[in-house]
Amino acid sequence: MRHEALTPGVDGDDELIACTICDALHRVAPMPHGGRMRCVQCGTVLLRNDIRALDAILASAAAMAILVISAVFFPFLRISASGFSSSAKLTDTARAFAEGLTAPLGVALILVIVVVPVVRAVALFYALLPIRLGGRPARGARKAFRLACELRPWSMAEIFIVGVAVALVKVGGMATVSFGPAFWELTLVVLIVVLESYSFCEKTLWRIIDQKSRS
Amino acid sequence: MAHHRSEIPVLTAAEAGLVGCRHCGRVSAPGTSPCPRCGFELHSRRPESLQKVWAWLFAGLVCYIPANLYPMLETRFLGTTTGSTIVGGVVDLAHHGAYFVAAVVFIASVMIPVAKFLVLGYLAWSIQNRVALSRHRRTQLYEAVEFIGRWSMIDVFVVAILAALVNLGIVMGFNPGAAAFFFALSVACTMVSALSLDPRLLWDMAEGTDPE
Repeated sequence: MRHEALTPGVDGDDELIACTICDALHRVAPMPHGGRMRCVQCGTVLLRNDIRALDAILASAAAMAILVISAVFFPFLRISASGFSSSAKLTDTARAFAEGLTAPLGVALILVIVVVPVVRAVALFYALLPIRLGGRPARGARKAFRLACELRPWSMAEIFIVGVAVALVKVGGMATVSFGPAFWELTLVVLIVVLESYSFCEKTLWRIIDQKSRS
Repeated sequence: MAHHRSEIPVLTAAEAGLVGCRHCGRVSAPGTSPCPRCGFELHSRRPESLQKVWAWLFAGLVCYIPANLYPMLETRFLGTTTGSTIVGGVVDLAHHGAYFVAAVVFIASVMIPVAKFLVLGYLAWSIQNRVALSRHRRTQLYEAVEFIGRWSMIDVFVVAILAALVNLGIVMGFNPGAAAFFFALSVACTMVSALSLDPRLLWDMAEGTDPE
């Protein structure tokens, strides 16, 4: 019922869009549902007409926030060797950098693994949920979505999980490793990030926000 | 497929006397800023794009030197502490027979950063000089660099996890080395460098000077 989201009309028949990669000028044409419009010069996807993408983004944002926050409170790995054992929580990894030159790295680590993913998820929710529910965007929706776009490259929870896998191989020979709930939660995050990156079309979302705040 | 596309003469927003937004694609009249749709600063071509690319790239390169000279990870084992550099860690992994993981770390910490320096430098240089690679190929390089750069952080995370997890008193433990700091800084600098590059500059070259 909200499939009309991408049909031109708000800007009249003369709505233009410039490719963000090569600057080629295009006239926005009506697209079939599920269709996409590509740049004639460089092939970049300019717009997608798939309202399900909004669902995928909101779902992944919610899951991301829940998983990352709860991963902070549970231990994610536990090792034991020759009578000694130790377990680590996400916050311990930042504390490992507490001394000397590497101290700022601890702060940066918590930022890119926990704070940025959660802030991004909240911003996406704030900007897009009212639209998904069929209403007008909330006040400051553009600011929130701009923040989510700017933070995107700095959200690194999924890279952290690959780091965990590498670390496990490094200690694998010396100690016994067992996984905590936070480990599996963060593994899910990797799948969610893949899902989100597939549905996230910045230009399409901006256009929807723009149209909905004027309608 | 892409090469047939380049045959079509295409009008760009700049040629039409308009300004296309780098973030949302909205087309505005010149002089408009910020973009009425997304609120980002609006420029036909990002000003000083190349200077920023070179400056951040150089900063990243400078940080990459101590990142390779200092130890990345210090290992305590029964009272003795040994440090290993990035490349040393890869060699250790390979010695223990973990060839796949050694390859992952080598690709993330050595190949990707070095390839990023070369590709970003090449792209920035190509904007001012005639080059053999087509605009399509260079756009693919740009997208690859922008996508893959963050993954270099893997080794920093590995160090953090090891230091936090493996702390069995005097028996065994890991400490992060100074290289972790410089390496993370180097990755961040090259990420900003890639984000500073305005890909539209790659396409501004007149059709005649573009080979293929």
